[in-house]
Amino acid sequence: MTYIQTYMAILVASLLVIPFLKVTWKGIITLSVVIFNAILSGYLVFPELLGEKLAFIFPGSIVTGEIPVRIDALSAWFILLINFTVVTGALYGIHYMKAYKMQTSNISLHCLAYILMQASLTAICVIQNSLVFLFAWEIMTLSSFLLVIFEYYKQDTLKAGINFLIQSHAGVLFLTLGFIWVYYRTGSYDFYAISQFSLTYPHIVSLGLFFCFFIGFAVKAGFVPFHTWLPYAHPAAPSHISGVMSGVIIKIGIFGILRMLQLIQTDYIVLGYIILVFSVISGVYGVMLAILQHNLKKLLAYHSIENIGIIGIGIGLGTLGIGQQNATLILLGFGGALLHVLNHSLFKSLLFYSAGNVYQTTHTMNIEHFGGLVKQMPQTTVLFLIAALAICGLPPFNGFVSEFLIYSGLFDEMASKEMINLFVILFSVFGMVLIGGLALLCFTKAFGSMFLGNPRHQFHSAPKESGTGKLVPMYMAASFIVAIGLFPQFFFRLMGEPLKLYSDKIIISGAISSAVSIADTMQHIGFAAAGFIVLGLLIFFIRRKVTAEKPKPILTTWGCGYVGETEKMQYTASSFIRSYRKLAEPMLSIQKRKIEIEGVFPVYGRHETHPQDKIEQYFIDKPWNLLKIFFGKFRFLQNGNPQFYVLYGAVFIALIIGFPVITETIKKIIYFLNQI
Amino acid sequence: MISLLLIVLTSLFFMGIVVRTKSIASGRKGPGLFQPMKDVIRLWKKGAVYSKTTSFIFQIAPSIYFASIIMAILVIPFGQYKGIVSFDGDFVFFAYVLALGKFFSIIGALDTGSSFEGMGASREALYSMLAEPAFFILMGSFALYTGHTSFHEIFVSLHFGSYISYGLGTLATFVLVMIAMIENSRMPVDDPKTHLELTMVHEVMILDNSGFDLGLILYGTNLKFAMYGALIANFFTGSFSILISILIFLAVQIMFAITVGILESFSARFRMGNNAQFIFTLTSISILIFFGVLLIMGKFV
Repeated sequence: MTYIQTYMAILVASLLVIPFLKVTWKGIITLSVVIFNAILSGYLVFPELLGEKLAFIFPGSIVTGEIPVRIDALSAWFILLINFTVVTGALYGIHYMKAYKMQTSNISLHCLAYILMQASLTAICVIQNSLVFLFAWEIMTLSSFLLVIFEYYKQDTLKAGINFLIQSHAGVLFLTLGFIWVYYRTGSYDFYAISQFSLTYPHIVSLGLFFCFFIGFAVKAGFVPFHTWLPYAHPAAPSHISGVMSGVIIKIGIFGILRMLQLIQTDYIVLGYIILVFSVISGVYGVMLAILQHNLKKLLAYHSIENIGIIGIGIGLGTLGIGQQNATLILLGFGGALLHVLNHSLFKSLLFYSAGNVYQTTHTMNIEHFGGLVKQMPQTTVLFLIAALAICGLPPFNGFVSEFLIYSGLFDEMASKEMINLFVILFSVFGMVLIGGLALLCFTKAFGSMFLGNPRHQFHSAPKESGTGKLVPMYMAASFIVAIGLFPQFFFRLMGEPLKLYSDKIIISGAISSAVSIADTMQHIGFAAAGFIVLGLLIFFIRRKVTAEKPKPILTTWGCGYVGETEKMQYTASSFIRSYRKLAEPMLSIQKRKIEIEGVFPVYGRHETHPQDKIEQYFIDKPWNLLKIFFGKFRFLQNGNPQFYVLYGAVFIALIIGFPVITETIKKIIYFLNQI
Repeated sequence: MISLLLIVLTSLFFMGIVVRTKSIASGRKGPGLFQPMKDVIRLWKKGAVYSKTTSFIFQIAPSIYFASIIMAILVIPFGQYKGIVSFDGDFVFFAYVLALGKFFSIIGALDTGSSFEGMGASREALYSMLAEPAFFILMGSFALYTGHTSFHEIFVSLHFGSYISYGLGTLATFVLVMIAMIENSRMPVDDPKTHLELTMVHEVMILDNSGFDLGLILYGTNLKFAMYGALIANFFTGSFSILISILIFLAVQIMFAITVGILESFSARFRMGNNAQFIFTLTSISILIFFGVLLIMGKFV
């Protein structure tokens, strides 16, 4: 209890103090508060990750009722990974924000919002009272909104921020609906009431309740078709915020879904199928659009949607496992999903930080403008490469481990008896493989055209490597990426308790023996990964030994006999993905503008592609326009004439006062008529 | 261990057989069986020219590419003998470690800043992405058929019983041969003998590699062929004694090499635009295998 009070006290004190400090101190105080709170909450929740249970009950008020704060292994897992990314984000942000240090008041707001965001994320993981939960959720939404619109003076940023705000609140609407539904039936705000609710009503009703929550959380997580805010918000925010947002804020949606799966008892098999289908579509659609993007941060944002899809496939498999009483499948599915949540928070934040490094030295995010950055920014290049390999799910890094768990779950499920099951699984395998292949295409494009080759654009000042301050948090994330790739069994054991929450839902035991066999496989993967690194080093070493004495002249790149400078003839990012674009064109909507090169002495040629989100067009823009037309019909009311507005006021007041009088009169008349 | 040795052994003469077959088919005598290997060794002894555009990526890429192939070979079992690395779901590791090698060969090509190499890299990335589902669904079908998820266990418990299962074995061999052709950038998809940069796929990616690195890449292709040959051989060496297994293994490899040679001699390369469709149809053959397995197991009601 004292821990929580200390946490709150520091939070409030820092919020009061920060606005009055000098700019440099604002950053330092924010960083220390974030680190202190992270250590405090980490210290408090770590025993819970290993199986202890902790619960406090706060008295609350008449409105909210008792406020239970329960910390279990699931919240512990999420709190720990949130804390890590929030700390690296703060470490990175403090250096990133130096470029904006003239905007003092803006920075105060940014610092306050950052601290609030950390606190609200932590609160969401532990609070189990629906009203207070919604309150914390709202603080989280508002603070992340403030973080996104740091550069509010840019029109696009503000627009993206408002888009995010509106869509988040559409999500909140569904959450509220779900909670009200439960409260209306059970009369309690406690999360346990959700369990009771689903036990007392038939499966179909609790399935409906689950979908209420699922849509609410899916908006935050970015499942297709609720993803449309994401590709706008990520590029608009400062890089450390994009990293934190993609790394952990959208994961809180996943946390919500996992929590509801734990609470709601329903027909898990149907649920599993639905989640699987949603996730496969999210994954494939996200990466298909990611490849086409020209803006690096937008590309990464679409990759978040893809990774949410992968996490969702894991969750769907685990849910199927509960439905089929299959302990192995529960462990593989939920294990893969939970590990991928951690993994994605690591490599995605690392990618965004690298993008931040590049942005601050070149002031552009257009992939077509870069080239050859490896020579000026070697460290950023290596860090980006590690993250890119990890996000493609390649060994020996962490992405492979979680994707491997999910693959194992899929192939394990292949042995099942039912036809429909097999088709869904086949569809998911197909989706997973496509996602893997397309991610590889996407990141070879991004990495190759940004960091390799010759520069394609003359920047105002030559790009240079970022300072150590920015690189340290990146190395922190990178070391975890490598550690999970090399010691997966250790991290799988850490997930033992969170996984138990789900494997305890089934009656058939066998979870322990399958956990042992999975941990064994994980160990093999660790060995294989280490072996691969040793093998690579060995071959490289032999190569060096053999070629040490040989002549190594340095000449120009082979140009079919042409030996001049070939910067302008380099393959560009767009041309790299041209053959893919041709294939995908019928499925996506891509706007092209072209000015052909003509004449004997051509002067000017141009080719532009603008990838557009087809789902956004049909799911958001079209209904929105219809709504606009409908409300346009009432525009005559808003005619700018003060007299009319006074009239509306008068009519309104008259109605308010008159309504009871009129109803009374009508009642009297009816009564009178009845008497006759 | 034994599979590694056999694959390395086969890789020494595999290309030689392919080249010899092609020569005979076109009415020439052709070089000796070990000539391609001698070429590789000659390259290993040479110095190298580097482009001034390249960075350390270009230096490490061929080594990692080669290491990925070796790592993938370590996963492959031989009959009843496990591969050096063997665990449940190891074929996922097999495919992903090869993908890692591909990633590095692609960025190695992009590192030169060339006007051609990106083209090859782009095509290679796309084709291997399209070929991947076929492999995974193929392995998934066998996982469904045998109830196991590692190469070793699948091959050990794979027994051909009915006519349908022989059909499946043939189809699977076809899919694997085609995947091997795509992964090694051979005939119906890519022509290794073309002389125009614009129509190359794999060859154009390695234009700037020379000396030891080029040797590694070329020998990597030989190893990759032998590796897929070993996978195919494993379908047939189930439960025989070791000597017979080795004989079957070598016979399958030689047959495979001759098939490659014949395919290369008598087929023309597809138009670039049609390659994607062709590769994607492989997936439908894999799905056919999947349904065949369902038929055998009586899951179609």
